[in-house]
Amino acid sequence: MYNFLTGPALWATFIIFWGGLILRIAYLWRLSRKKDRVVYNHASFSWGFKSILYWMIPWGSASMRLQPIFTFMVFTFHTTLLAVPLFLYAHNILWDEAFGISLWSLPDLWADVMSVILLVSIIFLIIRRIVRNEVRILTGAWDYILLVLIALPFLTGFLAYHQFGPYEPMMIAHVISGEILLILIPFTKLGHMVLFFFTRAFVGFEMGARRGARSW
Amino acid sequence: MTQIQNHKLREVLEEEFARNELPVDQVKIRQILDANNGARIRTWLSICSRCGLCAESCFVYLANDRNPKLSPAYKVKQTLGQMYRRKGKVDRDFLKRCYEISWLQCTMCKRCSVFCPFGIDIATMISIARSVCHSQGFKPHSLYEFSENCRKSGNHMAIPEEELIDTCEWMAEEAEDDYRGVEIPVDKPDVKYMYTINPREPVYYPQDISYAGIILSAAGESWTIPSFGWDCTNLPMFCGDRALAGQQVKNVYEKALELGAEKILITECGHAYRSMAFEGPYMAGYDNGQPPVEVVHFVRLLYEYFRDGRIKIDPDKKIKVPVTYQDPCNVSRNGGLWEEARRIIPYLVEDFRDMSPNRDHNHCCGGGGGIMPMGPKYKPVRMASGRVKAEQIKATGAKIVIAPCHNCFDQIHDLGEEYDLGIKVLSLKEIIVEAMIVPDHMRLEPQD
Repeated sequence: MYNFLTGPALWATFIIFWGGLILRIAYLWRLSRKKDRVVYNHASFSWGFKSILYWMIPWGSASMRLQPIFTFMVFTFHTTLLAVPLFLYAHNILWDEAFGISLWSLPDLWADVMSVILLVSIIFLIIRRIVRNEVRILTGAWDYILLVLIALPFLTGFLAYHQFGPYEPMMIAHVISGEILLILIPFTKLGHMVLFFFTRAFVGFEMGARRGARSW
Repeated sequence: MTQIQNHKLREVLEEEFARNELPVDQVKIRQILDANNGARIRTWLSICSRCGLCAESCFVYLANDRNPKLSPAYKVKQTLGQMYRRKGKVDRDFLKRCYEISWLQCTMCKRCSVFCPFGIDIATMISIARSVCHSQGFKPHSLYEFSENCRKSGNHMAIPEEELIDTCEWMAEEAEDDYRGVEIPVDKPDVKYMYTINPREPVYYPQDISYAGIILSAAGESWTIPSFGWDCTNLPMFCGDRALAGQQVKNVYEKALELGAEKILITECGHAYRSMAFEGPYMAGYDNGQPPVEVVHFVRLLYEYFRDGRIKIDPDKKIKVPVTYQDPCNVSRNGGLWEEARRIIPYLVEDFRDMSPNRDHNHCCGGGGGIMPMGPKYKPVRMASGRVKAEQIKATGAKIVIAPCHNCFDQIHDLGEEYDLGIKVLSLKEIIVEAMIVPDHMRLEPQD
């Protein structure tokens, strides 16, 4: 089971993940050439870049400064979300064994702490969704489910690493939950992973290039 | 939201809806949805992560006690979001709710786009929702009547051409009492500026036309008012009638081209600038997004006149009481002219108190998006949502509000009464004419 999941299933997962993202973007790009000329008529590298940059810095936009704690938690969430899977020593060993390549590795203690921080930030986001009126009214079951699905690979990975609970089933749960998440990304709002850059570039063109107004 | 919930408004809405007997034409709705189902709309609707940051940016939400149903994301989800989700299969009750949201709960000020982490343009989506409602006969009656006036006469007050020309002559004559050589030329060819105005001016504020004439004469400008294509306000744009909105803009562009004018000048009106310079080209079928003739707003022109010393102000006539500046959404954030205004103000005012927030982050006054021309029956709605602006003004301690936009002007005047602000609203033209040093070529008596 484990070999299947880290073999053919993993290949399928990455093909769907990369393929899905590429197809989604290609489709949207082709559609935009027909129906969204306004995107191209006023494109400006510097306004697009600034529109993206200010929102990638904590409290870089007026909007973020209105909710500073939420902003802090969102940045923490995204940083740990990306850092742990990419720079985990155990993952890098697998890449090295499979393809002879790997990235820099975090010390295990850091990965541990980051995983816990990620789980705490997810709890914060879930509570925020329940507690804030203007967020709760927008929230559906799927929004909660996605948060839980994001937590699962980190929770199961953490537990497996520390050998809390039965190891093999935990590892299987870890790999499956990771694969499910990767497969979902191209087809859900998690696609914002890539689409963020496109929509932000556009609002930078629309407000900045056309009017000189800040979109941050 | 006590105002919206009150029975009076329910009656007003029922009266509006009773006029509309049309059955829902889902095919037409699908056509509009398909035409707009591009990459932007698809992406915006699919990546909204329901974070709720847009709520805190929206003056309607803030003024109405942070009612969560007034957050931009919710408003879009309930209108265009549902339309796409149901593939246009919606009923009259749904459209009535869309009407209420699209016309009473959003002025399309675009502040939410600036505050959204993804830059989702809720204003554009509400605008499409208005088009769908309009196509099914759900549109504010008074905006509809103004639009029909546009269809027949080219201007939303159905002012006949002779009347406009008479008004221009009359205002030039009035100016002769105080100045020499003020002309308001009509249809003069090959000028630098073709001046376009708000039909409210000839009808209710004709002195505004003479102020423009006085200022342009003082600056020695080459300009004219066209006998047709002089209405820049484009109320059909607010009514959801995109085709007619395109025609309104085309009337102006084509007249400017016909007269050989170098630029189109917009009076102190916000949405006229947004219509002529930004939305207009797309509505009128200019796919590169550029108007065929350059469009200049009066604030920009005044800035240039002060910068170049073509208008001089008597320093003794500067306003002494505290003054604040209303950043009209469509002149500041959506027009890019907030600094130009602030360069002009020091010439006119001694004690300037900026509102907070200001410039491209200003709040809407609540009178935009067509709600003002929708008529007195809807006044309670814009008085309620205008609370944010009223509080901003009060916090400055200002006695005068400068508002270079007809909608802001009237709305802030009404807010002044509603919230006891003790303020007077003035346009830039009026202040400048009062305070300017009359150049020699305009003096009635030669200077000693």
